[in-house]
Amino acid sequence: MATIVQSDAPAPSEADPSGTLVKRHRLSTRLWHWINVFALATLFMSGLGIFNAHPRLYWGHYGANFDHAWLVLERFPGWLTLPGHYNLAMSRHWHFFAAPFFAFGLLVYMIWSLINGHFRRDLAFRKGELAPGHIAQDIADHARLRFPTGAEALRYNVLQKGAYNKTLFLLLPVLILTGMTMSPGMNAAFPWLVEIFGGRQSARSIHFIAAWAVVAFFIVHIAMVLLAGPFNELRSMLSGWYRVPGKPTAREERP
Amino acid sequence: MTLILSRRALVTGAGAAATALLTGCDRLAEHESVRKALFTADNFHLWMQRAITDRNALAQEFSPDQMSPVFRANGTFNPNTEDYKALWRNGFADWRLKIDGLVDRPLSLSLAQLHAMPHREQITRHDCVEGWSAIGKWRGVPLAVLLHAARMRTTARYLVFHCADFGGGTDPYYESIDLVDAFHPQTILAYALNDRALPVQNGAPLRLRVERQLGYKQAKYLMRIEAVSDLASIFGGKGGYWEDVAGYQWYAGI
Repeated sequence: MATIVQSDAPAPSEADPSGTLVKRHRLSTRLWHWINVFALATLFMSGLGIFNAHPRLYWGHYGANFDHAWLVLERFPGWLTLPGHYNLAMSRHWHFFAAPFFAFGLLVYMIWSLINGHFRRDLAFRKGELAPGHIAQDIADHARLRFPTGAEALRYNVLQKGAYNKTLFLLLPVLILTGMTMSPGMNAAFPWLVEIFGGRQSARSIHFIAAWAVVAFFIVHIAMVLLAGPFNELRSMLSGWYRVPGKPTAREERP
Repeated sequence: MTLILSRRALVTGAGAAATALLTGCDRLAEHESVRKALFTADNFHLWMQRAITDRNALAQEFSPDQMSPVFRANGTFNPNTEDYKALWRNGFADWRLKIDGLVDRPLSLSLAQLHAMPHREQITRHDCVEGWSAIGKWRGVPLAVLLHAARMRTTARYLVFHCADFGGGTDPYYESIDLVDAFHPQTILAYALNDRALPVQNGAPLRLRVERQLGYKQAKYLMRIEAVSDLASIFGGKGGYWEDVAGYQWYAGI
């Protein structure tokens, strides 16, 4: 029978938690994570379907076929879009169906995480974490695929925090705000939205860039989960329980 | 070894799951109940926007130096019917705008009569559902002026705009808006674009401008405005040509 420790309590300094099962992720984090998996996948794929209606991007307030586009693409293939064939009306239905789950999900998660201390405890950078030496060490550890063990494994490392914070507090809110900026109804009600992004066509461009930045985050995120142990990581995001990795034995250690 | 296998299995599994999800979504959307659930988002966004925003908020207006060098047209570029061609040849002198339905005083107005009415000029951004935007200068009669003149009844809930063009198929183009947009100060029936008579490709002689919604709501080649209490009995019942034909959202404020 494994011993159980709460990650909320300060990690025991003398006792090595390696090998024990700990409650890693709270219900709020897990629930939001999986709502996001479905909402963001739907939004991204239906978004590419919408993009296919006019695969050109502009800066500024206006932009159409006779204006200068900074990016001109072919249509994205059907296996990347929702629906799997060109149907702008259905892509929009999927997009606007998923959007409230994503936007209000993020809002509720943020309020919840402020109240339960998740942001302060797990995501805020700690003293010394942003020192160049510490960041360099973390980069070196990542490059060697040397993952933390024991009590260290229960904390997000600095690169991980940086990736989560950039996504959580920058990319996702920007996606929501630029999405609202493309709505002519919202433009009239909240003209400051258009001003922030420098025009509706700029907002559309930034929406596109931010969406792909989330895809880049997703790819790194999945790679890290696979490298860190997909079963343990998946279990911790499903049930909350995480087995604290121990020091690698000689057999497992890489040459 | 086991780790590598499980990774491979996971990647393959994830790929298969994604493909299944995708085709699953396509199949799901064919079910009437799922379509209905998806389409309720339309009502949610309308309700949400009306709940948290000022119903009379004005769409952004621009200065002349912010206008698109070329204002592109879309959809029908020319109705090309015999009736329309006859009207056009005559400089639309025989054209009349009818206002009927739930009104106490049905109207039939010539272009000259519209020109003589109070007008509004606005430089606004036209947003196509496809994603592009163009900024142009419109001049026309506020719809509210005409609805007051026609003494619209209190039972009216929607205005239906009947057009001279056939949107690709055999069904005539039409659109509809509710009273919040109908009485909005920027909702005008435009007869001029960029200081010139409205070109044929942009909807001559008269088109609707409902500035807080997307392009497909801006009905061109207007022939008749009908005040109704319900949209269900009009053509396909969804309130517009594209709504009926392709399932576009009736509320195009998003």
